[in-house]
Amino acid sequence: MILNMGPQHPSTHGVLRVILEIDGETIVRIMPDIGYLHTGIEKTCEAKFYQQVVPLTDRIDYLCPMTNNLCYALAVEKLLGLEIPPKAQWLRVMMNELTRINSHLVWLGTHALDIGAMTVFLYCFREREDILRLFEAVSGQRMMTSYFRIGGVALEPPLDFFDRVREFANRFPSKVDEYENLLTGNPIWGMRTKGVARITAEDAIALGASGPTLRGSGVDFDLRRDLPYSGYENFKFKVPVSQDGDVFARYLCRVQELRESIAIVQQAVDGMPQGPIKADAPKVVLPDREKMKTQMEALIYHFKIITEGFAVPEGEVYQAVESPRGEMGYYVVSDGTAKPYRVHMRSACLANLQLLPKMCEGRLIADVVAAIGSIDIVLGEIDR
Amino acid sequence: MERLRSWSAAAVEGAKFDRDEISIYIARSSLREACALLRDDASCPFNFLSDVTCVDWHPREPRFEVIYQLLSIPKKERVRLKVRLSGDSPAVESVTSVWPAANFFEREVFDLFGIRFTGHPYLRRIQMPENWEGHPLRKDYPVEGYR
Repeated sequence: MILNMGPQHPSTHGVLRVILEIDGETIVRIMPDIGYLHTGIEKTCEAKFYQQVVPLTDRIDYLCPMTNNLCYALAVEKLLGLEIPPKAQWLRVMMNELTRINSHLVWLGTHALDIGAMTVFLYCFREREDILRLFEAVSGQRMMTSYFRIGGVALEPPLDFFDRVREFANRFPSKVDEYENLLTGNPIWGMRTKGVARITAEDAIALGASGPTLRGSGVDFDLRRDLPYSGYENFKFKVPVSQDGDVFARYLCRVQELRESIAIVQQAVDGMPQGPIKADAPKVVLPDREKMKTQMEALIYHFKIITEGFAVPEGEVYQAVESPRGEMGYYVVSDGTAKPYRVHMRSACLANLQLLPKMCEGRLIADVVAAIGSIDIVLGEIDR
Repeated sequence: MERLRSWSAAAVEGAKFDRDEISIYIARSSLREACALLRDDASCPFNFLSDVTCVDWHPREPRFEVIYQLLSIPKKERVRLKVRLSGDSPAVESVTSVWPAANFFEREVFDLFGIRFTGHPYLRRIQMPENWEGHPLRKDYPVEGYR
């Protein structure tokens, strides 16, 4: 029998349609059908100035906007050859890790909800609210932040911001204990996740899996540590790896990542360098408001950036960052004008979704829900 | 990296080192073998296919460049392979037999650029509807679409 799961189904985390060929309750074949959220962002990028693409990158993955901002900004900065001041780099790392926690909390809540543990959802969204308030304080937006700009970050954080982050970082590890109390030793949770949707390390690599999905299968690879960007080499953190390759292993990886991420946030707050938050590149970075009112050059630069953008030297760059879901990559091609010739986003979820048939074939329908949850997909990123 | 050249000088059409990134141009006919060679290389195995994408250089010829981003997980190295394709009926051999990960990536390039990957197990549109006309990411396709 052929069964359609989705495109509107609570456990598909967006508009994903999964076509199941079943024999009783056992799955014979499974095929994901995507494209329901395709908005042509890559095409739109080609018609915008480089700085106008930043808000579009937010909208690819609504759970980790800053990661996408960062990846795009890094790619363009590499094309321009810009030097980013240390304070901006540390701010970026700090916000990026808060974004990772935010994304993992939504994943944990909804994943547990799918499998039937309702309470965790409410706990996770309680802490997520704190993070969204921090985002609002720093960028004025809760979700589509556009906080990282080409050449630095948009604004200086407000005065009490670092105290608030520190307070949150001190409080958060005990909250992770709460989630773990609810789930890790829970026998029902174990029965639904242990040994389910198992994937070997060889299959995971061959099918292009990355992030916690790859590390859950025992491959010790993290772009933050192995191909560091934006000053990640200055931070000490462990990369959690589990060997089993099942839903539970991926759950453990992500929960451990919550603890590592909050440790990075703590290091970033404690060691935050002083100095400017934007690169010294007047033709690329918008001038301060104060300067615009007093200096003629600043006003001219502002006018030129807004009206005609800035030319980026010819070339091409592939920049990858470790997003909460895996390797998020931006391939930017410049033809020397003020608009990108081509922007391509390498979506971690698109590659991870290819694991689904390997995970589910020969197993029960109920396991599909657990498997989809465990690869943590965001359909906005898959379809773009 | 340059072991490719010793394998077959005819297959390598050129290489570029720009902004710390290596790009190697591969002849269209030997792409799949070159990929298999890089994957199984003993000293630096590029076992992970990060991405497959395409750039349309319309109206220049050869019009399309298909781009493969490879990553070596054990050695932490990246390399970019490129294949140039002409504008009329562009086709290249599929690398799904080398890295199964290429499946969705190649379908996306087929869908949005209209490049045929010969030997692909299921070459159907992936993002656009089945009955869509044209390939939206081509440069001669208007940004607003056809009305």
